[in-house]
Amino acid sequence: MAKQVSGKPYLREVSTTQWYLRNEIYLRYIARELTCVFIGIYTVILLVGIWRLSQGQVAYEAFLQALRSPMSIVFHLVALAFSVYHSVTWFNLTPKAMPIQIGEQFVPDNVIIGAHYLGWAVVSVAIIILAGVF
Amino acid sequence: MAKSNKPIVWGPFAAGGTVTAFVTPVLILLTLSAALGHVPDGLTYEGMHTLASHWFGKLAIFAVITLSLWSSAHRLRSTFFDFGLRRDNLIATVVYFMAIAGGMACLVFLLCI
Amino acid sequence: MTERSIDLDVLRYNPETDSEPYWQRYSVPHHDEWVVLDALNHVKDNIDPTLNYRWSCHMAVCGSCGMMINGKPMLACKTFMRDFENLIRVEPLAHFPIERDLVTVMDDFVSKLARVKPYLIPKQHKPVEEGEYRQTPAELNRFKQYSMCINCMLCYSACPEYALIPKFIGPAAITLAHRYNLDSRDGGRDEREEVVASGEGVWECTFVGACSEACPKHVDPAGALQQAKIASTIDWFKEHLTSWLNK
Repeated sequence: MAKQVSGKPYLREVSTTQWYLRNEIYLRYIARELTCVFIGIYTVILLVGIWRLSQGQVAYEAFLQALRSPMSIVFHLVALAFSVYHSVTWFNLTPKAMPIQIGEQFVPDNVIIGAHYLGWAVVSVAIIILAGVF
Repeated sequence: MAKSNKPIVWGPFAAGGTVTAFVTPVLILLTLSAALGHVPDGLTYEGMHTLASHWFGKLAIFAVITLSLWSSAHRLRSTFFDFGLRRDNLIATVVYFMAIAGGMACLVFLLCI
Repeated sequence: MTERSIDLDVLRYNPETDSEPYWQRYSVPHHDEWVVLDALNHVKDNIDPTLNYRWSCHMAVCGSCGMMINGKPMLACKTFMRDFENLIRVEPLAHFPIERDLVTVMDDFVSKLARVKPYLIPKQHKPVEEGEYRQTPAELNRFKQYSMCINCMLCYSACPEYALIPKFIGPAAITLAHRYNLDSRDGGRDEREEVVASGEGVWECTFVGACSEACPKHVDPAGALQQAKIASTIDWFKEHLTSWLNK
């Protein structure tokens, strides 16, 4: 390994708690990572629902009733926004992680991403129909 | 230096992140509808009981909840690190334990239906 | 007609006389066709010959002139003066120790590059008499993008994980390992995995993606690292499942 010339290099410090405030790329990354908080809390809510379901009709219907609070509605809207941001960022990054080469060329990123959005729409509509909304 | 064992936690994270990307938004819409007073048929006691009584329904519910919990736990671990809380071994133990506990609880509840 | 001018704020540091870096302002002509490197050369030639910086090709192929320009890691020869209005802040590449002025200590990067074994390790030794390796255009395209790295280190300056975890092998080095792993002539993947799949390798990456946004040659190191994660994960499960089945 080459020896340093001066013997007194200066190391600039990086804040371990505020580095992400430095630019937009980092802020978008932190927003993406924070989606896990809301998706996690929502999944726990689903788990509570399954618990109440296992306890019988009265318990489950109390759970549905408890969902009707203003705080619950606000949480749903916030969680929806973060959840959609997770989906969008996840799908947009998929072609980078899993490139598909056919012959000499690669399948264009937009095609892979578009297929995921299409699948997302199909799954969502299927679940909505299965849930008897229509 | 030795190869890391990260794959064992990253694999399920990637699977869970994919599952949650596809289904969590629509699930939130369904429970939001219930929160606003319009409970979709599938979310009533009868509807959910029918779904959870079938082995496939149990499997689907278990897969979605467990993988989502794991994926959130893994991301939360790295988020703590990014915010400067770097007791990684402690944080990893806590978050993965919570995800596993949630998964076990889910299994127990489903088996009671 | 008075010539337009613009100010450059340059971070100076002389290890022989300074205890820490300081800003020095230079006023340079503001030409539309100039790049920041031209402005620095103007300073060195006409105003302050003591200014130190690395540069060579002046056409974004050698990777020498990486520096922070208004807080973003960029090649000075590829950053046009016309994109700036009032003040241009020029600092040495982030996350590397400062040697002198805009010159950084590259040793860490160079040693990590060597550790990933960035050369062909053929599956079987093939003497010259047996002829050349043949590769189809499809096989070439499989890794070609990742061979475009000019070792400019902008990705290391962009990567927050490298800033927070100095032992992280880093984007360019792992991408180069991936380039060889994808090469049909190569058989050295297992050897490289010792470094790439270690706790200092690809697993420190959290897919921030800043590296790919900074890369001037569109190498997409972030993509390469995610592909390396997936490949390592499949390997890990295959290895552990087969050893479990063989018991």
